Amino acid sequence: MIPSMAVQHHHHRQRASVVRRVLIGLAVLLALVVLGVPTAIVFVHAFGKGVEGWWKAISAPEALGAIGLSLFTLVIVVPVNAVYGLSVAWAVTKFRWQGKKWLVSLIEVPFSVSPIVAGVATLMVYGSSGLFGGWLMDHDIKVMFAVPGIILATLFVTSPFVAREVMPLMQLQGTDEEEAAQVLGAGGLTTFLKVTLPNVKWALFYGLILCAARSLGEFGAVSVVSGHIRGETNTLPLYIDLLYHDYDSSGAFAAASVLTLLALVTVVLKAVVEGRRDAVEEEGA
Amino acid sequence: MTMGLSVSYLGLIVLLPIAALLLKASGLSLHEFLAATTSPRALASYEVTALSAAEAVAFNAVVGLLFAWVLARYDFPGRRLLDSVMDLPFALPTAVAGVALTAAFAPNGWFGQYLVPLGIKVAHAQPGIAVAMAFTSLPFVVRTVQPVIEDLELDVEEAARILGATELQVFVRVVLPTIAPALIAGVTLAFARCLGEFGAIIFIAGNRPFETEITALLIYIRLEEYEYGAATAIATVVLAVAFLVMLATNALQAWQQRYLDKG
Repeated sequence: MIPSMAVQHHHHRQRASVVRRVLIGLAVLLALVVLGVPTAIVFVHAFGKGVEGWWKAISAPEALGAIGLSLFTLVIVVPVNAVYGLSVAWAVTKFRWQGKKWLVSLIEVPFSVSPIVAGVATLMVYGSSGLFGGWLMDHDIKVMFAVPGIILATLFVTSPFVAREVMPLMQLQGTDEEEAAQVLGAGGLTTFLKVTLPNVKWALFYGLILCAARSLGEFGAVSVVSGHIRGETNTLPLYIDLLYHDYDSSGAFAAASVLTLLALVTVVLKAVVEGRRDAVEEEGA
Repeated sequence: MTMGLSVSYLGLIVLLPIAALLLKASGLSLHEFLAATTSPRALASYEVTALSAAEAVAFNAVVGLLFAWVLARYDFPGRRLLDSVMDLPFALPTAVAGVALTAAFAPNGWFGQYLVPLGIKVAHAQPGIAVAMAFTSLPFVVRTVQPVIEDLELDVEEAARILGATELQVFVRVVLPTIAPALIAGVTLAFARCLGEFGAIIFIAGNRPFETEITALLIYIRLEEYEYGAATAIATVVLAVAFLVMLATNALQAWQQRYLDKG
């Protein structure tokens, strides 16, 4: 199983020593070089032509179109994954049935599939030579090289995120509370909303944050199915690629800075969610 | 009902496309399949992808272990911040990582201005591929190893120290064997991610056939040439390798679980 990205914090024991200082120093230095520098470079290049240049680049109609399409995809993908993630985790953890193990493995399949392969696979269903290609063409429905294709490919790559975070927690909590609720006369939906959902609230937020980040940033799969129609099917990452290859480096970095800001927001949100969860757990303990 | 709903969704969104891919590939003759997957250009792409992935995970095994250790064992000002930034490679879109790393290693870039005069070429060369892979897969190692270090029983290490072991001996003889399964699992996950990576690499690699062209890019190029058969054939190979790595990871994790239960 792919590890949950949630970090459980335990008590840290200390041993004051030279080794400790050296290792901490080394880790901080490496983090600056490996993670800090690439992030900083995005902003340095993005504002290379000043704030005005940056604003001009991101307020260009094509840039706004790309931002709009990325946000539109996000708004569809995140709620769909919330429903799917919760219901698949519920099915896997709250009932006993044969083949459960298989389902858990299948849920994680998109994690090990290269985004390019995911794109090709989507193309083989909805593309002109794909399974449904002929039927879609007969009915004049455009999926590939259009917005629906981008959404389908993004749904493919993001599908395990919520399930993976929610499943371990549902598993841990067992079915005692749900059974108690049922005995007291609660229906399935009431039990879910009043008992299960509050218990997995943080894991759900957490999965949704990761899902949103991936949805905004997906490149490989979307690249295959988008068709790169200027102003129509370019998401923000594809727009970066387009500008970069047009030798508009400062424009590419300006677009990249928008995504980097969103990534930093993601990281902060994740830390906040973890902090809240730890606080709640300590109160309960 | 939730089961029916979620299984149908999984089937429609994930399994159907994979089945369609395999179906398309199975429609090729053996000759066509082999011509696409064993062409010299394809073979060269497997080599450069696997080699770069191996370099990237070797780096991440050491650096990821260091990060995991420092985060799990020591408390210091900024620890939570360091812990949070470990997720940056997952949060940052791969295309952004790609353009940023390319700029860093360009001849006039922050790193490139020192490395290029020394004859070390990273951007638009094979090492660039390894750098991009290492960046995007780092959290896999950190996040797999960190919880295991946090759960280590300290009395075993204490006992070793009382018996006269040095810090290095404690680490190599006591700590390392216990966290080895997690480290190997993390490295395997990182390796799988490296093999499939696309976005971060294509900006920095230079993309010269036979030299710096990764397999994922070759699939993309075959699609652009409308060689759908060849693209699906190579994609099937990549998919099969990914499944093998995933099976290996699951076996390793089962082993790790048994190992921990015994301990």
